[in-house]
Amino acid sequence: MNPEGLLYSKDHEWIGITGDTGTVGITLHAQEALGDVVYIELPGVGDKFEARKSFGSVESVKAVSELLMPMTGEVIEVNLTIKDKPESLNSDPYGKGWLIRIRIANPAETAALLSAQAYENYIASEA
Amino acid sequence: MVPFGGWNMPVEYSGIIKEHTAVRTGVGLFDVSHMGEFIVSGREALNLIQYVTCNDASRLVDGQAQYSALPTEEGTVVDDLLVYRESASRYMLVVNAANIETDLEWIQSHNTFIARIENISSATGLLALQGPFALETLQVLADLPLESIAPFHFTRGHVSGIETMISRTGYTGEDGFELYFAAANSEPLWNSIMSAGKRHGLLPAGLGARNTLRLEAGMLLYGNDIDRTTTLLEAGLGWIVKLGKGRFVGSESLAREKAEGPKRRLVGLQMLGPEIARERYPVIVDDQEVGHVTSGSPSITLNKNIGLAYLPVDLATVGGTCEVLVRKHACKAQVVSTPFYKRSRE
Repeated sequence: MNPEGLLYSKDHEWIGITGDTGTVGITLHAQEALGDVVYIELPGVGDKFEARKSFGSVESVKAVSELLMPMTGEVIEVNLTIKDKPESLNSDPYGKGWLIRIRIANPAETAALLSAQAYENYIASEA
Repeated sequence: MVPFGGWNMPVEYSGIIKEHTAVRTGVGLFDVSHMGEFIVSGREALNLIQYVTCNDASRLVDGQAQYSALPTEEGTVVDDLLVYRESASRYMLVVNAANIETDLEWIQSHNTFIARIENISSATGLLALQGPFALETLQVLADLPLESIAPFHFTRGHVSGIETMISRTGYTGEDGFELYFAAANSEPLWNSIMSAGKRHGLLPAGLGARNTLRLEAGMLLYGNDIDRTTTLLEAGLGWIVKLGKGRFVGSESLAREKAEGPKRRLVGLQMLGPEIARERYPVIVDDQEVGHVTSGSPSITLNKNIGLAYLPVDLATVGGTCEVLVRKHACKAQVVSTPFYKRSRE
């Protein structure tokens, strides 16, 4: 299930926060909805994005989905190995499937994010 | 599940890649009961079919099927379909789910022949068993030797005791069968085929795999690759346009277009980078938008990204290059021949 220590967006991204750094990925639910992931497009280090803006895209066999920033920030690291192993996004979305690390610009934005339990309730209400 | 022509259809069961691979290397089962079936019967049945379709149905013998289309007067496509000849006075037409009502009206409006047309779509179930182990799987359940059914032929028989029209056709590029039967028998038939296929790794397959399989096999999808804005000749379907058979709906336009040559052609594209072409993405040559992708997807069997696109004839040559606009990035692609995938027949 969805790990407790992370925060979740209604766009189905997760962020794990340590100090002013956040690690970002997509949720278990998102990868299930996508199906087999075959291609991931990620930004470069130094790129800056606002919360809820697209920082890349993920493609499954059947469709393309935008990746949306859970919080405003600057990209400080990109998971380069996942570009060659996009299936990690399906098998390990909270581990090897992480996408980018960001420097968080505005910590107050966590107010708009959900806990694991609240996110699970949100998915259930959407279904 | 996605709504599709009024039906709720699974896009995938165990995952598109697994399902796709099962069909290429083992066997897969599709429930395609949403497709439409019409019975055209009576002494004038053939005359009506000859008038509304472009292929030559007079060449069919009893128990034979043919890929064909309903052209508009302009030579574009109302629908593509299969024509099955059961007898000289009885034919079955199999049409796309989304077009059932349109096709029925279209055919009826051209029925000056007093042929009888019956829409049996909702009463008819259709399962497609496809893949190199389709024959072995089905043979266990069938009461007749299946190898005696040649490609694009069919026969009536029983499959696990259920009366079935068994057709050696499909939409995947593999060997296989399409089974037509009374819709009430769908569940028992599905279940007995699923059990019979266990030892061959039979997987249920959804619309997602159906699409990736048919695209690799270079088969067209109505609504994507062909519709009322594309002519049969542009789509590369000249091989089902039999101008010699006599006058039919669209024959004059198609004869003219054939003489002049179509202005654009549907071609196969192979992406040269890792990006995936998708339907409606623009195709660019020398900074000019020259066409758009009509179908695009990763090819699971070939492990590259493929698509179909209409290009002006002067650019529609195999080996030529163009660019596909993928989210504002112009990505290189090459024109390749289709089908992208052809099964080996030892």
